[in-house]
Parts: sequence; structure tokens; C-alpha cells
Amino acid sequence: MLRELRPAIIILVLLTLITGLAYPLAMTAIAGVIFPKQAQGSLIEKDGKVVGSALIGQEFKDDKYFHGRPSATSAPDPADSTKTVSAPYNAANSGGSNLGPTSRALNDRVKEDVEKLKAENPSAAVPVDLVTTSGSGLDPDISPEAALFQVPRVAKARNMPEDLVRQMVVMSTEGRLAGLLGEPRVNVLALNLALDRAATK
Amino acid sequence: MTVIGWIQILLYCAIVVALVKPLGGYMTRVFNGERTFLSPILRPVEAGLYWIGGVDEKREQHWLTYTVAMLLFHVGGFLIIYGLMRLQALLPFNPAEQSAVAQDLSFNTAISFITNTNWQNYGGESTLSYLVQMLGLTHQNFLSAATGIALAVALIRGFSRSSMRTIGNFWVDVTRCTLYVLLPICVVYTLFLVWQGIPQTLGAYVDATTLEGAKQTIAVGPVASQVAIKMLGTNGGGFFNANAAHPFENPTALSNFVQMISIFALGAAMTNVFGRMVGNQRQGWAILAVMGVLFISGVAVTYWAEANGTSALSALGLTGGNMEGKEVRFGIVASSLFAVITTAASCGAVNAMHDSFTALGGMIPLINMQLGEIIVGGVGAGLYGMLLFVVLAIFVAGLMVGRTPEYVGKKIEAREVKMAMLAILVLPLMYLGWTAVAVVLPSAVASMANAGPHGFTEVLYAYTSATGNNGSAFGGLTGDTFFYNLTLACSMFVGRFFMIVPAMALAGSLAGKKSIPPSAGTLPTTGGLFVGLVVGVILIIGGLTFFPALALGPIVEHLAMNANTLF
Repeated sequence: MLRELRPAIIILVLLTLITGLAYPLAMTAIAGVIFPKQAQGSLIEKDGKVVGSALIGQEFKDDKYFHGRPSATSAPDPADSTKTVSAPYNAANSGGSNLGPTSRALNDRVKEDVEKLKAENPSAAVPVDLVTTSGSGLDPDISPEAALFQVPRVAKARNMPEDLVRQMVVMSTEGRLAGLLGEPRVNVLALNLALDRAATK
Repeated sequence: MTVIGWIQILLYCAIVVALVKPLGGYMTRVFNGERTFLSPILRPVEAGLYWIGGVDEKREQHWLTYTVAMLLFHVGGFLIIYGLMRLQALLPFNPAEQSAVAQDLSFNTAISFITNTNWQNYGGESTLSYLVQMLGLTHQNFLSAATGIALAVALIRGFSRSSMRTIGNFWVDVTRCTLYVLLPICVVYTLFLVWQGIPQTLGAYVDATTLEGAKQTIAVGPVASQVAIKMLGTNGGGFFNANAAHPFENPTALSNFVQMISIFALGAAMTNVFGRMVGNQRQGWAILAVMGVLFISGVAVTYWAEANGTSALSALGLTGGNMEGKEVRFGIVASSLFAVITTAASCGAVNAMHDSFTALGGMIPLINMQLGEIIVGGVGAGLYGMLLFVVLAIFVAGLMVGRTPEYVGKKIEAREVKMAMLAILVLPLMYLGWTAVAVVLPSAVASMANAGPHGFTEVLYAYTSATGNNGSAFGGLTGDTFFYNLTLACSMFVGRFFMIVPAMALAGSLAGKKSIPPSAGTLPTTGGLFVGLVVGVILIIGGLTFFPALALGPIVEHLAMNANTLF
């Protein structure tokens, strides 16, 4: 048995260094050269400042922007570090609501959101993704239906014709990969950036 | 449910099956010590490791020595992770200035990673430094996976050898698995993932100013290299708290599809390694067929349940299924499929929050784990778990016809059946026992996030996942308390090692037996009758063991949901 002690220490340490240090560091170096943009987090810059990541959702409340899905992320309470407070789209602490199908809290929240959205746009059915939180709390996308649902509000706030805004939504819609994988979706940040660009032209 | 959804599911199955033979063939060569196309590069590294480590690669080990070597390896791995977590504040690669992790959480996490569980009581981006993620977690992702595969290979050798005292050399098996199988795939895989958008950087978290002028701190890190092995090695511990639901761990529909394939790839290929090593690939396909029947049934139920949504959502006029806790880019089908895959294998990565699944949709992941994660299963662990059930099924069949049961040329006798039963019975003891304790302790009940039967399911799921070394969670449960940290670690430890040691004893006793040629009275183990028999034994044993607990959790919750009861 003692004969196994030497390999237990040495093989473990060497394999640890190979898989735990050499491998991730080498991959960091190679990825940084081949895919520099993605390796840094697909950051988007505007006027030299980082405004977010193409893959990470952010909170939009203003009427002139398309809104993302509700987010259940939280942050430590500044007043009491043992507690947390709601902090939507906190990209340093991802997570979902974890509320189950028979949860009264979930039901109340969804009901409230549905009523707000119905008041905003009574003509269309409320899309389910606009009233449910995502698993990460950082979902960058909404469904095309959820984007189209918001067109009247955004167009009004921006004083733009609804058709033009609707056209931009259609142009921002990504389909399924090869018509098969994933779901059709609209990246909210990309759409809002496109709107801002159109407004300054 | 949609046609396009089912096409995605069938395409997935087809690709996994297509990979079984090439991967199985390659892995068989690796574990037989033959040359492979990577040998010119890797052989010098391998030989160097043996030379420094004092390993004689020609000297094989008795099953006890093999097991002791494996245990020593784990003790070392535990100490490395525990030490790194406690000392991370003093060590480099810590741009977010994370402080030392508490004792009980470090203990839980170290046990969790050496047992291939990767239960996340820690918060990833909010708790751990880059150094701990790489040197602590990434390394153990490799080594616990390599250990699982090595043990399965040792058990296969037990079946394929005749009248021998040894079952292989643990150090050689682990080293070859890491160098020839896991690392090369991960190198290519990491680059693919970065291309898809997963960060791979040592830079600090990025501060962005959003379009509305708010500050958003975006956590990044050496993510891709860890995600690759977390999936391939069925580890499942996320770099981020939200795991594979986080856009930085799983940015696109394609990355999601490939991640799902990589969870099953090696585990499914192990059935082919088994077939090749016992000299008849059809033996491997029969086992894969058993897994396939159980898998597709699970997918159908979860997909149906999630697509139907909850009665609370329908009452508000919402259609489109249960999207709470799911990402838009994956939708209902890819989220349901992922949940069934990750719990059929012992992966435990999640791309949607299982806690928010419908009662029946979330019950299937629970059942998958309670069956012992033998539907493809963890890399290696799934195969040896399944072989234990096969031994039992053969034994039952033998009882029915009154003959001494035999499997791939080996007589199955009292000792083998005892070992198989020991391994199979210890799992429910852990998850049912600890759940019973937790639900009578007021402090443990306080950790539940949901009230009513769903809260009970959260606790049952936690212990099931820990015992099965899965690591997925009904995440609402606050597991980072002294009680849960310790009892969950206990479940993970027992679930891993009380399965492994009997499996190795079985390997040793089988290797010592003579191989007997099949006769007219031998039950053929490559046909539909055998597949049906094994599926039946799994469902009967599983059903008898955990049906009462399921009745208290998901089943009663489903009835309550249909009656529009809220808690």
C-alpha cells in the first residue's frame, strides 16, 4: 500500500498542474489571439465606452426602449450584508426566481405584470416570456412576439411611425439555426442600439 | 409539443448514437494501452509522468490495491481544493478580491468536486477566485471524470478476464484517460465554445454603463476551458451561479446542442468499450438500448409537461408553455431535453431552473437520479451502475428458470449479487434518510424557498442529487447552511464511494472466475427479452423504493396545481 503513496502525490500534483494551470492558461492565450472579441466577453463599445455585452441582458425601464424579460437577480443589501435586495440584471450574481408551479408569490407577480402589459397594449395577447423571469436573470433576448407587443409604446415615445419600428424588429429577429435549432428571438440591447442609431441619423 | 421540437430531439439522439462506435473504438485502444494517432505527441508526456511518479506501467494491481490507490488520489484532491478555497484571498488570479471561503462551504465544495457531483452551494462569480476555478475546480473536473472512467474499465476487465488476480493499474488508467481522451477533446471544444461567445480571460470583471446610464458589473473569467470539461466529464459545476443558463456559459442554440451531445458522448461510448472488451459489441448495444428506452420515455413526459405549462399561467391567458426559469434562446424543447439529459447522466449542469419546472416536468429529473443515473449516466459511473442492475436482472432471471445465472461468460453467484445489492440499497438510504431528518428539523425546513409539497420536493431533490453525484438542484433551497453543507457532503461521499467499493469488489471477484462458453441454457443478453428484463428490474426496484416519497412531493403538487391550489 505504501508503494501507492508516491504516485498518489506526484501523479496528482502533475496532473493538477497540467489540467488546472497549463490547460486553462494555454487556452486563454490561444483564444485571446484567435477570438479576441468573444474571449473578452463580446463587449459593445459606444463612443469609446463599454455599454454592455452583446450576450448579457440589461435593464430597460424607459418607454423609448424595448424592455427585456423580468429578472430575478439580487445583490447584497448595502444596509445588512446577510440579506439581499432585488437587483435586476445583476451580471455579477446570476440566478432565477426558483419559484415553483404552485407558488402564490409567482402567481401574484405574473398577474400584476400581465395587468400592466394589458393596460399598455390591449390589442395583443401578452407573450409569456415578458412576464416570466429567465433562468440566469440575464437573458439578452425576447421572443419576436414580445418585441412586436411593445412596438406601439416605443413608437409613441420616440415619435416614430409604428411601421418603421416594426420593420426594425423584424430586421433584428434571429431565426432558428439552420431552421431547426433554438427558438426565434430578438436581442434587446442590439435592437435598442439600432433604434438609437436611427434616431441620431 | 411541436414537430420541430421532436425533430431536434431525434437529431440529438441520432448524433449521440453515431458517435458511440468511433469514440468507443478509440477509448478501447487507449485503455488496452495501444498506440493511437496522438501517441507521437502524448506518449513522451505520459512516460515522463510515470518516471517521475515511480509508476511501473506493466505492473497491474489487485482490486484492493486499485481501490486504495483511487482513494488516496481523492484524499489528495480534497486537500488541494479545500486548501485553495481557504487561502484564496492570499493567492494570485483574484481580480475580484474574493475573501476566504467559510470552513463548512469549503468542505462541502471539496467533497462535491472529488465525487464528481459539483453541487453548487457556492455562488461561482460571487464567491471564487479565478485560481480556485482553474486549479481547484477545473483540475478536479478532469480527474474525477477520469477516475469514473478508470473504475468502469476496471469493472469491464473483471468481466472480460478469466482466472486473473489483477484488474489493471489505476495510475495508468487515470493518466491515459486524462491525456488521451479528455484533454485533446477539451482543447478543440474550448475553442469552439469561445467562438460561440464564451469568455476566456484572466481580466477583471467589466464595468459597463448601460444605455439608460446605470452601472452594470459583468463577471467574466476563464470560463470556456472549464465549461468544456464540465460537460464532457459530466461534472456540471458552473463557473457562474446560473450555470449553463448563463449566456456566458451557453450563449447560442448551437453551443447548447453541442453541450448536450458532449454530456452523453463518453458515457454512451463506454457501452461500446464494454462490448468490445468482452468480445461482442452487441452486448454493449443491448445496454445502450436499455438506456435509450428509459431516456426517451423521460424526455416525452418532461417535454409534454413543460409545453403544457401550469394552470396558473393558463388562467391568466398565457400560452407558450412554462417559461419561468427558462431562456428564450433555448425555449421549451431545448430546456426540457437538457434537464432530462443532465440528470440521466450525472452531469447536473442546468440550462433552465429545475425548481420552476412543472410538478411532473421536474419529477422526471428526480426519477432519473433516483434510478441511480444509469441512463447513460456519469462518465464511467453510469456504466458500472448499470452493470450492477444487469447483475441483478440476470440473477432474477436465473431464479425464475432455476439455473445458475451467467453474464458474458461469468457465473453470477451469491457474492456478486450481495455486492450489487449493497451498492443499490445504500443510495435510497442516504436520500430518503436525510430527507426525513431535514423535514423534521425546523432550521432545515426554514431553508425551503417554496411552501407546500414543492418545498418538500426541494429537499428530496437536494439529497437525491447529492447522493447520485449529480449536482443539479431545485435551486431555491438555501443549501449553504451548516446542516445542509455537512449532510449533503455526507450523501455525496456515501453515494460515490459506497457504490465504487462494492463495484470494485465485484470486479475483483469476477476477474478471478473462469470464463465459461455459452450453452443452450444461457439467457441471450443481446436481444429484446434481455432489454425488457433489465428495464423491468430497474423500474420495479426503483419504483418500490421511491414512489412513496414522490407521492408526497411532485405527484401531490400536480394534483394541487390542477385543483388551482396555491401555497
